[in-house]
This record gives sequence, structure tokens and C-alpha cells, in this order.
Amino acid sequence: MAQMKQKRLLIRTVILAILILAIVYTIYTNATKERSAILGVGDEAPDFTLVDLNGEEHQLSDYKGQGVFLNFWGTWCKPCTKEMPAMDRQYEVYKEQGVQILAVNIAQSNLEVQNFADQYGLNFPIVMDRTKSVMHAYNIDPLPTTLLINPDGKIERIITGEMTEQDIASFMEQIKPE
Amino acid sequence: MDNIICVCGHENPKGTILCGNCGRPLTDEAEKQKLLDMRYEGSARRSQTYNKSMIDKVWNFFSSVKIGVSLIVIILVAAAIGTILPQVLYVPATTETDIAAYYERVYGTFGEIYYKLGLSDLYGSWWFQTLIGMLGISLIVASLDRVIPLYKSLKKQRTRRHESFMKRQRLFGKGQNTLGDSSLLKSEEKLKELRYNVKVENGALLAEKGRFSRWGPYVNHAGLIIFLFGVMLRALPGFYVDETLWIREGETRAIPETPGFYLESKEFILETYDKSQADEVFGEAIERVGTIASNYQTDVILYQKPEDALPGDTKNLKQIKEESIQVNKPLKFEGFAVYQMDFRLDELRSMQFSLINKETEEPLGDLSIDLVNPEKTYKVGEDSTVELLGYYPDFSGFEDGEPQTKSPLPNNPAFLVKMITPQTPKGETSFVAIKQTLEPLGENEYKLAFQNVETRDVSGLTIRKDKTLWILALGGLLFMIGVVQGAYFNHRRIWIHETTDGQLAVAAHTNKNWFALKKELDQVSEIAQLPAYEDQQELETEVDKKDGEKSS
Repeated sequence: MAQMKQKRLLIRTVILAILILAIVYTIYTNATKERSAILGVGDEAPDFTLVDLNGEEHQLSDYKGQGVFLNFWGTWCKPCTKEMPAMDRQYEVYKEQGVQILAVNIAQSNLEVQNFADQYGLNFPIVMDRTKSVMHAYNIDPLPTTLLINPDGKIERIITGEMTEQDIASFMEQIKPE
Repeated sequence: MDNIICVCGHENPKGTILCGNCGRPLTDEAEKQKLLDMRYEGSARRSQTYNKSMIDKVWNFFSSVKIGVSLIVIILVAAAIGTILPQVLYVPATTETDIAAYYERVYGTFGEIYYKLGLSDLYGSWWFQTLIGMLGISLIVASLDRVIPLYKSLKKQRTRRHESFMKRQRLFGKGQNTLGDSSLLKSEEKLKELRYNVKVENGALLAEKGRFSRWGPYVNHAGLIIFLFGVMLRALPGFYVDETLWIREGETRAIPETPGFYLESKEFILETYDKSQADEVFGEAIERVGTIASNYQTDVILYQKPEDALPGDTKNLKQIKEESIQVNKPLKFEGFAVYQMDFRLDELRSMQFSLINKETEEPLGDLSIDLVNPEKTYKVGEDSTVELLGYYPDFSGFEDGEPQTKSPLPNNPAFLVKMITPQTPKGETSFVAIKQTLEPLGENEYKLAFQNVETRDVSGLTIRKDKTLWILALGGLLFMIGVVQGAYFNHRRIWIHETTDGQLAVAAHTNKNWFALKKELDQVSEIAQLPAYEDQQELETEVDKKDGEKSS
């Protein structure tokens, strides 16, 4: 009798545990799906190649060994345009220390982006994601979104929303190669 | 230890109401009843057996039908609340702030509260999913707790039941055994003819048919659980994709959630019925409604990137196929389907201007600005140029003297231009927007006069992939089988035995359709001359007849 009871308790525990685990897992994946189904901190940053305003090709994996400050933006997005001058100033400080900025523009025209870059005298490369394929690969929504990629090509941190100049400086410090 | 030992010597687990062997009522309550409550055959529902550890308490909570019904009611109410205002999915806004603003603007304070409470994404909320999950647990636990004891007690039914069991059945009769030994034989023969399974033992007879009808509710629940499991799978990567893609004529876009597929839109086509060619019947309808669309179509080319190409590398796209997507005729590839869902007509594509002298209105020439990919300088006429200093596709006003654009779409294009003509070699600066021209650096001699626009259409496509459909279909099928099993078939039992004082006792039970049971019993009674029975429920008026086994 006691044995039967023990068996019953075990079966009940197992059934309840499986069911509760399944539900928690479902709710968790549903909750995180919208933000980024594939990408998380610690994941390998998906490689991509895009052409910048000057026609030069930039492949993410070419920057292995350097920290990459990967920023997604558009000229219509106010917080994006606000943080750009600050990014440029910090770029001047950190590029010698091995931190690269890649600013990915979402499917805008060269003219708009060039005008913007000229207006603020931006020096870092701005690459054009014309088919939005890189945006999809990184599951970007909303703008601005910034990914910190360390010298090993792993995602260190994902930042959505505007950053202050202090933030930017500390982020670059974080992904600076040793 | 806590077992109940019946007078007949059978050992029953704690919580048993009717002895599993002879059917004697075991509780005072059952003893007092005139009619027995036959649900679960009076066996001990497992939930009522042990209630000691935490696990048992949780188990018993979910085993309760009251909890199950409460969960269903709560889910129904919540689901209903989710239909009061459109869900986020159907709101024309993408960012959090836009969505919040939309609810407030369109639905006022109520909309604002609705959004803040998270009701705008009710079905995706953690608490709604928790409720559904709890219902799933309740279905599984409650079913297990009932189906196992019920199965066991139906399996080990004894042919002879105690008289106290017999006389508490709804149909019961007792009287003279007119035919002696042959009454059971004749009954057996007739019952077999009526397709009963008959067992005869020591002057007692048990006839039974349609037992599988008792499993209907549990089959039904199994279907529901499989259905819920299918829905759960949708959350896992690779099982379910439901994405929207807005694509303009001439654009090439990566198809979201697909492995390296790109789509180019050649053209969007909207056709309407022509009244002169339509039948008379439809002609009338067309006249009444105006125009009726006959076709929504997007002509597309599907591309795939080479296997080794990285995202963003679109140099060597391979053309897979060229197709026309129409409503209900999706483009299909590798388990994905792209459906025609929506459209927007006439988005601005390019604008034509004339460079004219403001006084004489004499034109120097025309220029056409491509709004998707504008150029830096335009040559106008023989020796004039227009330089584009700034382009604001969705102009929304000035901020610190700086023109702003609120989106990348050319909804309200504006330009900052420098016009260089032989008369004005240093150039004149002008800000040109729709219905508005500003001259920020002083009076100009020339202006850009708006001539014409070209437009293009936008297709709203939906990308779908659903690997869970067959699981949902299986769940649905089982659900229906369970309903049919439980609703259209009845579990009927007839007990006949010789009592110790040489009389004959008859009792019968069914889970539904007593009328049919009585008709069958009447046929048997006629042939075997069984004692007349009475419907004790019809005699008794206020018997509580609740059937807890009925499926929800």
C-alpha cells in the first residue's frame, strides 16, 4: 500500500512537472519572440556584408579582433539622429583602440543619408541595407537599436533606444580589445 | 489501512461510495438515497483519496471539475474582453509609442486604459497563456483522475449485485418468477438479439452494451489536449511563421523569417467588374455599390541568395520563379506561402517640376525627381541646374530651423534646392513642399513650379508557414469523435437475478436515453415474463439528477 502511494506520488509529480515546464517554456518563448527570436547576448553575431556610401564593402567578419559598435538607424528617427554626433566624437577617441562603428541605414536613398552625414561631418562608415535583409537577420525593431559585438564576434549587449554620449563611451570601453 | 471493507468481504479504497464488487452503498449518505448516484460507478475518484503532500494538493486542485469550469468561464470572459477593441496586431502602428497614441486618439480615455492594462495584446499576454495552460493541466489531471477508476470498476463488474444496489436503480422491479429457470434463458436470448453482451452466473444476469460511449468525454478531452499541444508548438522556432511584408512596385525585399529568399514586386493590379460585361443580376449590384473588385494581384519574382552569400549581399541573387499572387492563390516555396492580403494605391513615386521665372513665368526646362532615389543635381534646359541640398520624404515641419521628416515614406515630400541659372549664377535657395514654397535666403527670381506626379502601388503580403496544422486537425477530429461517441451512443445495462426468496429482481441503468432503454426492457419483459418495473425517478419528483460525467 505504501509502495503504491509512493508510486502514485511520483507519477503525479512527473506529470505536473512536465506540464508546468511545457507551459512556462511556451510563455517564455512567446514573450521573447517579438524582441528577438534568434539573437541574444552571447550569441555569435550573424555575418553580413553591405556597401557604404562610398561604394566600399564592409563585411562584419573582417572586423574580427576589433570591437564592433553596430547601430541601426534612419534619418526620420529622431533619437537615431540625435545620438549620431556623439557616436562620431567617441569614434574619434576609440577607433585607434580598435573599436569600429558600422551604422546600418534602413533602406533610404543615398542622397538623404549623404546629406545627413555631410551635415554632421560623420566619419564612421554608413552602410546601406537596401533590401532590409540585415535588419531581418538581426530582428531589428524598433530603431535605434545598437549591438555591441566583442572582438570574438559575440554579442555583448543589445541596446534599444537612445544613448547618451556617456553611454556610448562606456559601451565602446566594454568591447575594446585587450 | 483506510480501506473500507464491505459486508460481502470486498476491500474498497477510501472514498468509494458503492462497493466495487456487489454494489452495496458504503456511505451513510448513499444509504439514505432512494436512487444511487451512478457517476463513476460510485468508485473513489483519486483526488479524494489522498490529500497529504503539496503535490497531492496541487493535483487535487486541478482535478476538481469546479476549478475546470471556473477556468473555462474566466477564459471566456477574458477572451470576450479582448474583442472590445482591436488587438495590437490589427492596429496601424508599429512602435510602442505609436500604438499607445493610436489607442488614445481613436478610442479616447477608454482606449488609453485598455492599452495600459495590456488588454490590447490580451491573447499574447502571459496571464492569458497561463490560464490556457492551467485549463490544459485541469483537462489532463481531471480526466486521468476519473477515467482510470471508471475503467477499473467497469472492467471488474460482478454479475450479481446486492439487492440494495438493485433497488436504488432508477428502473427497478421485483416479483414472481413465473417461468422459473427459463426466464433467465429467455431473457438472455432476447437480449443477445438486441445486441447486448450478456453474462449469466449463478442465477444472475448482466446485459451490457455501448460501454465505449462512457469514454466519449475522455476522447474529447484528449482531442482538446492535442489541439492545445499544437498551438503550443507554434511558439517554437520553425513551426509557425506569420509575417507581414509591405512591398512597393519595383522594390526588392528580403522575405522575413525565410532562409535567404527575396521578393521583387513588378506590379500591383486591382481590377474591378465591368458593368457592361457583367450579368444582369450583378449589373444591378454594381450600380448599387459602385465598383466591385474582381482581382487583387501582385506580380512578383522570387529570388534566393546563393548558399554562401551573406545577408546584405544581393549581387548574385538567383531567380527561382516569376508568379502572380492573387487572393487565395499564394506563392509557395519550401513550406512557405505568400498571400495577397492588403494594398495601398498611389504612393508618390516621382515629382515633375518646371524651373520658371517668377515674373515672366517663362520656363527654363523641366526636371523629374525620383522620390525613392533622388539625385544630387539635375540639369535643366540648356545651361541651368537644380541642386538638391535636402530631401524630406515625409515633411512634418521645422525644428530649430531644420526641416524634419517623420517617416522614410514619400507621403509629403519636401526639398531644399539650389537653382543655378545664367541670370543667377550664384544660385538661389528655395524650400519646396506640397502647396508651400519658402525662400529662406531672400527673394528669388526663379522657382520650381509643380507639374505632375507619378505614383506606384504598395502590396501588403503575408508570409505563412504552419507545421502544426495537421496536429490541430487531429485534435479537432478526436474532439468530434469524442462528442459523437458520448452523445449518440448510450451505455445501457440490465441486471436480472433470482433473489434468495425465489423471486425475480430486475434493474436497469443507462447514462442517457432512458426511453430507449425502457423500450428494450419492455421487449425482454414480454418474452421472459419479467416482473413489472417502475421508473423511480418519475415517481419521485425532486431527485437531483446531475450527470457529472457529461463532457464540457
